[in-house]
Amino acid sequence: MATTQSRSLAKIMLLPSIILLLCWMLVPLCMTLYYSFIDYNLLIPGGNEFIGFLNYEFFLTDPAFTESFFNTLLLVTGVLFITIAGGIGLAILLDQAIWGRNYVRIMVLAPFFVMPTVSALVWKNMFMNPVNGLFAHLAIWLGFEPIDFFAQIPLLSIIIIVSWQWLPFAALILLTAIQSLDREQLEAADLDGAGPFSKFIYIVLPHLSRAVTAVILIETIFLLSIFAEILVTTGGGPGYASTNITYLIYTQSLLQYDVGGGSAGGIVAVIIANIVAIFLMRLIGKNLEG
Amino acid sequence: MAIKSTAQSKLIYTILAWTISGMIFFPIFWTFLTSFKTEAEAIASNPSLFAFDWTLQNYSDVLSRSPYFMHFWNSVVISIGSSLIGLLIAIPAAWSMAFVQTQRTKNVLMWMLSTKMLPPVGVLIPIYLLYRDFALLDTKLGLVIIMTMINLPIMVWMLYTYFREIPNEILEASRMDGATIGEEIFHVLLPIALPGIASTLLLNVILSWNEAFWTLILTAANAAPLTAFIASYSSPEGLFYAKLSAASAMAIVPILILGWFSQKQLVRGLSFGAVK
Repeated sequence: MATTQSRSLAKIMLLPSIILLLCWMLVPLCMTLYYSFIDYNLLIPGGNEFIGFLNYEFFLTDPAFTESFFNTLLLVTGVLFITIAGGIGLAILLDQAIWGRNYVRIMVLAPFFVMPTVSALVWKNMFMNPVNGLFAHLAIWLGFEPIDFFAQIPLLSIIIIVSWQWLPFAALILLTAIQSLDREQLEAADLDGAGPFSKFIYIVLPHLSRAVTAVILIETIFLLSIFAEILVTTGGGPGYASTNITYLIYTQSLLQYDVGGGSAGGIVAVIIANIVAIFLMRLIGKNLEG
Repeated sequence: MAIKSTAQSKLIYTILAWTISGMIFFPIFWTFLTSFKTEAEAIASNPSLFAFDWTLQNYSDVLSRSPYFMHFWNSVVISIGSSLIGLLIAIPAAWSMAFVQTQRTKNVLMWMLSTKMLPPVGVLIPIYLLYRDFALLDTKLGLVIIMTMINLPIMVWMLYTYFREIPNEILEASRMDGATIGEEIFHVLLPIALPGIASTLLLNVILSWNEAFWTLILTAANAAPLTAFIASYSSPEGLFYAKLSAASAMAIVPILILGWFSQKQLVRGLSFGAVK
């Protein structure tokens, strides 16, 4: 039984977090919304007049937006596909009785702790460089023409790098989920003569569905905002071939100083993220009740 | 027969697991290895695994020719500073929601979570302009503020899930014994909750150390942490693989070590309790 005193104290203790987060979320967001309706360029003094939805019109009809929208879509779905398929495989493998499981686990988990700029630059220079990279050496040794990764397949190269960073996360979450699987159910299936494939389809996958959903939603939130990996590898190029929406807004606002256009883009990004967020919140909300 | 086949499958799975995990770990292993090579050996077309002249030259070059320690110190201040300030704000909030539940508790938690889903580009311009006007660009204080704010929802959530596991009876018993709220928090709650608080701190240090959106955008020469410093190696003239490797190795080792301690908490913290 909480007393009145402790109730009011609880409110006071909750207040700093709420006020700070409210300021952090509302103040800049309202400013972005305001900027998105005015003609504001840091290089052009004056202006600042209300121009309605013109910024949105320019942003949404720009061919660069269409291209970066599909790049974002490809980047997110590509990485999700690789990390979840690979993550399920790894989780099942790490769940088996193996020697040195702890060391294997440590090695699998390691890429997640490498900062994005380091992993992007290591991959870019030491692996994907068309002259000095390991992949180029390997290709020549095998008698192939080396691939110039960031010129020929820029987006796919970034997908590879980002997948390497996020595979450990998917594997770890799915491994945690798989370990809570009821072993007796599997033994019963064994007795009924179920093969490994049907056990996987009918018992393991349904058990993992919740964790897979969680991985998809959480990764999507982070993957929509991929930035550093693009900045240090391709800079969004060639052309807009590896520009995602986050990077497009960055170039528009801080490289072209177009505050109005960048803000309109920011609002569009918020709306896209919100659509994903609604599903994630539902999933977590359900869990909170259980 | 059955035993033999179990041992056999264990062997096969072990070989498979070590091969795959070795491939996943290889880029990190290769970075460490390259950091001990000369620049010429680092780009050799037939790179050798261990048979090269091991040297520490790259480490001493990176440390002496660039303000590496300053950037390292910036990373330390920003990640630990923001995590500690975050704890000070998050512990009371999580405590009050975990022990004095109201109808609104769930909504408040969900709302806090929703702020985490706000894409950074949605607030990029106002933050940049505000930081410019308040002279916070390229300062450690500016980054500590940002890191505290972006990680606060995760901190409150993690602490909330830990505090929920503390049985209310213990607190009630201490109240029966006449403990004040202050005594209750410092002598009863904190000692029990310490492991949870420690792992929340750990995860947040890791997340802030590796954060690479705001650090790249809001810093230049002075307050740049290691994420931004390493990014400066992306310039085309900088084909110094061995030095890049040495700088990278020093930047990731502390977090690799911390990370290995926090595997379990990582799942809880990053899935917001959806997977335990």
